[in-house]
Amino acid sequence: MTTAPADPMIKQDRVPPSEPVASGPKRSSVARRLIPFGYLSPTIVLITLLMIVPIVMVISYSFRDNVIVQDNSVFAGLANYTEVLTDPDFLAAIKNTGIFITVSMVAHLLLGLGFAMMLNSPLLGNVTKSLFRVVYVLPWLFTIAVIAVIWRLLLDPSGVANYVLQTLGLINEGVNWLGDPGTALWSVTFANIWSGYPFFMISLLAGLQGIPGELYEAASVDGASPWRKFVHVTLPQLRPVIISMAVLDLIWTSQQFALIWMMTGGGPLNSTEMLSTFTYKLAFSEYEFAMASASAVVVLLLTMILAFFYVRQQRER
Amino acid sequence: MATVLPGKAAPGMTQRTRRILMKTALFFGLGLGAIFAGAPVLWMLSTSFKSNGEVFQNPPKLITESFSLDAYTAILTNGAQLRFFLNSYIVAIAVTALTLLVGILAAYAFSRFTFPFSRTINAVIVSVQAVPPITLVIPYFGLVVGLGLYNTYPGLILTHMVFTLPYAIIMLTAYFNTLPKELDESVKVDGGNSWTALWRILVPISVPGLIAVGVYTFMISWNEYLFALALTRTDDMRTVPIGIQLLMGQHSYEWNQMMAMSILGSIPVLILFLVFQRRFIGGLTSGAVKA
Repeated sequence: MTTAPADPMIKQDRVPPSEPVASGPKRSSVARRLIPFGYLSPTIVLITLLMIVPIVMVISYSFRDNVIVQDNSVFAGLANYTEVLTDPDFLAAIKNTGIFITVSMVAHLLLGLGFAMMLNSPLLGNVTKSLFRVVYVLPWLFTIAVIAVIWRLLLDPSGVANYVLQTLGLINEGVNWLGDPGTALWSVTFANIWSGYPFFMISLLAGLQGIPGELYEAASVDGASPWRKFVHVTLPQLRPVIISMAVLDLIWTSQQFALIWMMTGGGPLNSTEMLSTFTYKLAFSEYEFAMASASAVVVLLLTMILAFFYVRQQRER
Repeated sequence: MATVLPGKAAPGMTQRTRRILMKTALFFGLGLGAIFAGAPVLWMLSTSFKSNGEVFQNPPKLITESFSLDAYTAILTNGAQLRFFLNSYIVAIAVTALTLLVGILAAYAFSRFTFPFSRTINAVIVSVQAVPPITLVIPYFGLVVGLGLYNTYPGLILTHMVFTLPYAIIMLTAYFNTLPKELDESVKVDGGNSWTALWRILVPISVPGLIAVGVYTFMISWNEYLFALALTRTDDMRTVPIGIQLLMGQHSYEWNQMMAMSILGSIPVLILFLVFQRRFIGGLTSGAVKA
């Protein structure tokens, strides 16, 4: 036997003994598995505290009475829900919210698409394009509190909106846009349309720029008119963006509170009462926290239905 | 632009007139759009330079005789109004710093580790974005009062993070995923652990992504209204959006001051947007479509 080959044998023998030592690496592999949870721990604590606990709390409030303000809360069953769901103000709030979010969404989409297509026109130079883009994005840069104040100024009975419309001969006498139950809902909807379309515009502009030029060239070869190109190339290509933007917009607009609260406070005569303002008033004006919780849970369920459609749409893409 | 062949001169002419017509129509549409988008903002600006008596003068004028900065001086020399700005800066800066810190750690876990329940945890974080604020504000009131945080900065900072943290985690995870893993592996070869790899390598090269997320976080917190309204009580704890509303009640409609305050309150967001416009829009659209 020569020593030379023995050495590698010994070395090889020494390798397996290091295997039991591998319990060291094994222990550290348990530790290693815990590493990501270490990084996640602040997030897990915060999400638990800011979402999971509050949702459990609001659901439990909704089945009880005398919550938050008094200590002697008692089980109330579905009483809060029956009271809220049969409240005519709540039903009015559902109807108003439905009108508010659908009209806003359709207008956001039409305006956003129109502006995006104009900005995407090959007839425009780059400087003109970016100039107009900045102007069109403007409404989106102001916080909702500012937007509410701007539109209260413009829509004041002696404000500039009435002056312009009278000068153009569109109305005969000044309208009290926010004070008249017949026009208030349309006025807050208009303000919301103004403030929200830029987000559609930006997303649709990105979508338009992503459509391959060959599709249009092929359509031109087939002799398609601009309208047919729009219907058969542009719209189908934008469809996924349009649908996800539309659902997101319904969710966001349904959560709008500040605009309504500062423009009309839900009035006059509940004509602009939304689910958000109705719930807020129950809680923080009337201190009916249990009933407000029942209303808040209904809002959560309605939002989850919309979110479900959104997620399903995202999966299909 | 295109050279017109002699034989095709006639169709070339009609094409040119058609082009001119289309361009006219386009600029007409663009002009209408610019009035729709810009006129209300212009009117806000113009009103802030008027005296309060001229706000509703008939016929309305864009620039009046008593054009002045009085409304701005009135706001900027009033301690109560300045306090709103101070509060908004304190809350928004703290929210941004904490969101980035917690967001970086979480995004690092999602981007660089495989671990059980990662998909579930991620789904919960994404779903936070859909929970209506009005549903949360009621239990938050109970929680914040219970924790002794009612009418305090920590109460606002903590609750604002429910909006900012999910977005930050989603965006930063996507950003980290674009950076090659070999970068942080090299630190581990040199004996460093994952912690040093994160702070020495990943974070320094992620500065552009961190800025975009930070800007967005700042804007959300600066603009937040519902929690600031419900979770604070005294005027010295109110933020700018609530301050604008308070101005509406207190001074029996000092419209010029309300507009000046609105413009002053919008300046931080406007500056951030203009500076980071490109990065911000790109991040936001991709985030919205992904989230």
